[in-house]
Amino acid sequence: MRAIVILAANEFLDGLRNRWVAAAITLLGATALVLLLVGSAPTGSTRVSALNVSVVSLTSLSVYLLPLIALLLSFDALVGEFERGTMLLLLTYPVARWQVVAGKFFGHLMILLTAVIIGYGGAALITIVFTENSILGWQAYLSMMASSLLLGAVFIALGYLVSVLVRERSTAAGAAIVLWLIFVVLYDLALLGLLLADHEQRIGQALFSTLMLFSPSDTYRLLNLTAFDTVGQVAGVAAVAARAGFGIPLLLGLL
Amino acid sequence: MGEGNLQGRAIELAGVSKRYADKTVVRGVELAVHGGERMVLIGHNGAGKTTLLKLMLGLTHPSAGRVRVLGVDPAAAAAEHRRAIGYLPESVAFHSAMKGHEVLAFYARLKGVAQSECRAILARVGLDEAAGRRVSTYSKGMRQRLGLAQAMLGQPRLLFLDEPTSGLDPSLRQQFYKLIDTLSLSGTTSLTSSHSLNEVEVRADRIAIMKNGSIVACDTLAELTRQAGLPIKVRLRVAKGDLTRVAEQLAPLGELRRMNDHGLELACQGMTKMVLFRQISGLGDVVEDVDVVPPRLDDIYNHHMEKAQPQ
Repeated sequence: MRAIVILAANEFLDGLRNRWVAAAITLLGATALVLLLVGSAPTGSTRVSALNVSVVSLTSLSVYLLPLIALLLSFDALVGEFERGTMLLLLTYPVARWQVVAGKFFGHLMILLTAVIIGYGGAALITIVFTENSILGWQAYLSMMASSLLLGAVFIALGYLVSVLVRERSTAAGAAIVLWLIFVVLYDLALLGLLLADHEQRIGQALFSTLMLFSPSDTYRLLNLTAFDTVGQVAGVAAVAARAGFGIPLLLGLL
Repeated sequence: MGEGNLQGRAIELAGVSKRYADKTVVRGVELAVHGGERMVLIGHNGAGKTTLLKLMLGLTHPSAGRVRVLGVDPAAAAAEHRRAIGYLPESVAFHSAMKGHEVLAFYARLKGVAQSECRAILARVGLDEAAGRRVSTYSKGMRQRLGLAQAMLGQPRLLFLDEPTSGLDPSLRQQFYKLIDTLSLSGTTSLTSSHSLNEVEVRADRIAIMKNGSIVACDTLAELTRQAGLPIKVRLRVAKGDLTRVAEQLAPLGELRRMNDHGLELACQGMTKMVLFRQISGLGDVVEDVDVVPPRLDDIYNHHMEKAQPQ
């Protein structure tokens, strides 16, 4: 346990040094702020809070951003250490292999956590304070933040997988980008294409919904767009998932 | 060696082989290193030195044979075992964004060593002034010393140093080995690998020569030199005009070579050396200067490398 904490702290410190934390906070904070401010404009007629509106838009954005940040953080976590020779050294210390991975994982998760809390949380606070908006919908917003973190965690783990399987840093970087493309962009497109091509409707509702669950980013989308009714009204997409009838625990578990 | 025996064997390898899918890297290695001994492992690039070190560090399992380090099998040993061991990898690049003392503090924490020890070690390797600077500003020698500092944490009983001085300038190299000497005085066993005998400054108690995965010779430098039976070269400066006369007198003692009109070089076996010196002193004023050139370390190394049967 001690070793994991030490390794995680070191990883986090390294993130601070490399300006990774700062970059992630800026990115998430800036986009969240923009979306929140935009979201607070049309609330007059629809009577939904800015937070609810922005959960929808931030969800669509986070689906792209968080996996990217997570993969960029994690792709060289192991292969990079091997290349620098520090992994060999680390393993001669009183540390087990799984502890090295676990330590790095928690370190990277801490970086994401900091970025999400300060970035998204900060943006929400600014909006609430300066635009006289209600804090209505804060539960959905908080849940969005938490699930964003989960989404990030999934992609950190995927990044490690890449990092273990390849021999060189550059290969890992390429593989991470491909992974991002597949899970975040191509998988959805492929599903959509499949639906369009399927004239005879052999793919039932249930199968389609199950297929969606294989991609962590789709699961994340479903979770955030359906978890709270108010958000669902805004989103519209929710109908699909609601009928699919996935329990929220199931979605969380998959993530 | 008597002293070493009291402390028992720090490292014991019996019939150790390591095969990877397509090639055998280490074959049938027998090696015993005594407590407090300074062992040097010499071999060409790709001879299997690093793999042998990895086996002793417990980073890989042997395909055959038995590895014992400080009395236990390193690949199966508990994490505690590794506290007694220090390792300096062949090429290690620490996080360049971190400062020297931060790097060391991180490793100290992992090893469960008090932070107060770090400053003492940094001073010992001569990095106390640079400790507050980022590793990216360090020279090659400083990085290597930081690596050694890391290996010295927790006063290990056994030090593994993989090519610690390759690429360092001679004065740094000497400093480095002096440091290792002081460690060995306090009872630390060390195993240093290198690709050249010249590199290690011959501060070793014994030298093991490795070729294509096997150890082809293992002994003290004096014994290796004797076994090699290489001639020593004696260079004479002789008064002009007397050269031919001197050459005729010395010719039976070894292979003679004229260098110029007043210089002679005689290659002779170690045994006839004293006879030669008596002859030379008998010649009186004619011989103006004598230089003795012992066989070069690289020659000794080459001899043992070539003598070994090709596998």
